[in-house]
Amino acid sequence: MMIKLDLVTKVYPDGTEAVKEVSFEVEAGELCVLLGPSGCGKTTTMKMINRLIPITGGKIYINGGDSTKMNENELRRNIGYAIQDIGLFPHMTVGQNIGTVPSLKGWPKAERNKRAEELLELVGMNSGEFIDKYPSELSGGQCQRVGVARALGADPPILLMDEPFGAIDPITRVRLQDEFLKIQQDIKKTIIFVTHDIYEAIKMGDKVALMKEGQLVQYDTPANLLYRPKNEFVEDFVGADRALKGLQLIRVKEVMTSSLPTVKADEKAEAARERMEQEGIDWLVVVNDDGKFLGWVGKAELGKGELVKEVMNSSAITVTVNTVLNEALSLMLSSGANNLPVVSKDNRLQGVLSFDIIRKALTEVSQRRQSE
Amino acid sequence: MLGAWEYLVKHPEKLAGWALEHLWIILVAITIAIILGVIVGIYITGRGKEHMADTVLYLAEIMMTVPSLALFGLLMLLLTSVGLKAIGFLPAVIALIIYGQLPILRNTYMAIRGVDPAMIEAGKGMGMTERQLLVKVKLPLAVPVIMAGLRNAIVIIIGIAAIAALIGAGGLGAPIFRGLRNARMDLIILGGVSVSILALLVDAFMNQVERWVTPEGLKRR
Repeated sequence: MMIKLDLVTKVYPDGTEAVKEVSFEVEAGELCVLLGPSGCGKTTTMKMINRLIPITGGKIYINGGDSTKMNENELRRNIGYAIQDIGLFPHMTVGQNIGTVPSLKGWPKAERNKRAEELLELVGMNSGEFIDKYPSELSGGQCQRVGVARALGADPPILLMDEPFGAIDPITRVRLQDEFLKIQQDIKKTIIFVTHDIYEAIKMGDKVALMKEGQLVQYDTPANLLYRPKNEFVEDFVGADRALKGLQLIRVKEVMTSSLPTVKADEKAEAARERMEQEGIDWLVVVNDDGKFLGWVGKAELGKGELVKEVMNSSAITVTVNTVLNEALSLMLSSGANNLPVVSKDNRLQGVLSFDIIRKALTEVSQRRQSE
Repeated sequence: MLGAWEYLVKHPEKLAGWALEHLWIILVAITIAIILGVIVGIYITGRGKEHMADTVLYLAEIMMTVPSLALFGLLMLLLTSVGLKAIGFLPAVIALIIYGQLPILRNTYMAIRGVDPAMIEAGKGMGMTERQLLVKVKLPLAVPVIMAGLRNAIVIIIGIAAIAALIGAGGLGAPIFRGLRNARMDLIILGGVSVSILALLVDAFMNQVERWVTPEGLKRR
């Protein structure tokens, strides 16, 4: 395994026990979330891994080696670090910020620049536009992206992330989480991710370490944390709405309908009506000739014009195959739509998610809980 | 006022001489004061040097409260006892360096201690050594506050340098004190106004320097 904590303890000189005999292992390529209320020792635990806080008991092994026996600066240069509140250096450009660790490692300038460009594109920012900007010229979300890019600077095998998506609005936050998960599928880093947000933990983690007052309460998969809580504290922390939280564990692609009753925008309204009658439904998805999503058409509107495009309702509210169900659900509730089109990156229609499907998934999730 | 102007027109070479003397004294004093103050200021921010920092800053504060005339007198005694030249340039420069220390030391110390802990943690967490942290993070971020201290020190030094004429160092203080002794208003005004103009010019220059040395990303905030 990549990271192993063995009875790790932190006692401060004044006697406070911040972390008590915590042990867990993180496999290579896994994302491990440290979760818990504030003051539970999760951040202390994380900072002991790159020795920002010295341990006072137990051992931490990085890739099999005792971390206290390594050169602390070498160790840190090989562990990416994304700090709470971002911590970008205001006197350095975006490019220089991302190049911090490469420069400490003595990479030549051209190589650092190339890496910074790559990483900016990876986190979804136009490198030409942003590489020479200063942090004060970026929005909060852009700063968070640069913070993640900087942590990936010298391509470290391990990342430590301390509430990296903390200080931003919920919408941007969800988007950054999704994008980061997508990036993680490619880069497969071993990640320790600190958060106090149970939703974020369930969504992001392969494993979740729930802590309380310096102790590890349960180290498990998100599903087990939800449906097999070890004790009352876990149950309380997870909350009563755990069926709803379970929707975080399901992605649209697992439940969506992919055989689609569609109609093209240029077809006659009459053709649409026939198709609806054939399928026994009262709505159709409208696409263009390339299969790209345009909108919806309902039975009631068909009489109002001759062609489908004259009567359809255009819509831009879509989800992707990787959207988690509770986000899709909240999108439905906020937009008032009963159906959401599932589209690819280039807006090509891939399926449909309906309220009924989500309800079914919710029931299954609850039943799974009861049977376990 | 008119008298001062007439004097200037009649003897421009005299004013130029005093001004050059003054400039030379403050230039030497400021250069040494900055180097000394910034280096000591950085040094006392080091880990485990809190007590030393308190002592150094306290001493600098006490030195500020010693009247300049008394300090010049003390220096004359001290320099004589070690066999150095007790009047003129040397004691003047030493006294000015001492007066420049407090603003430079204090601002350097405060600026570096005041760097956002998140910045320091980010630097450390990415594997910077103490020295790299100082050069790449702390110092650049401290520049605006350190510069404010330097400008403060420079204005103080220019003003007090006028008093150094009393111990034979010359400079723009010379016409002022000669005027005082001989009840010559024109000389007093000439000297006084020239010191102020010099202070303004040097401050304007420092303004430019500040613009050069402040990191780009900190200016736009």
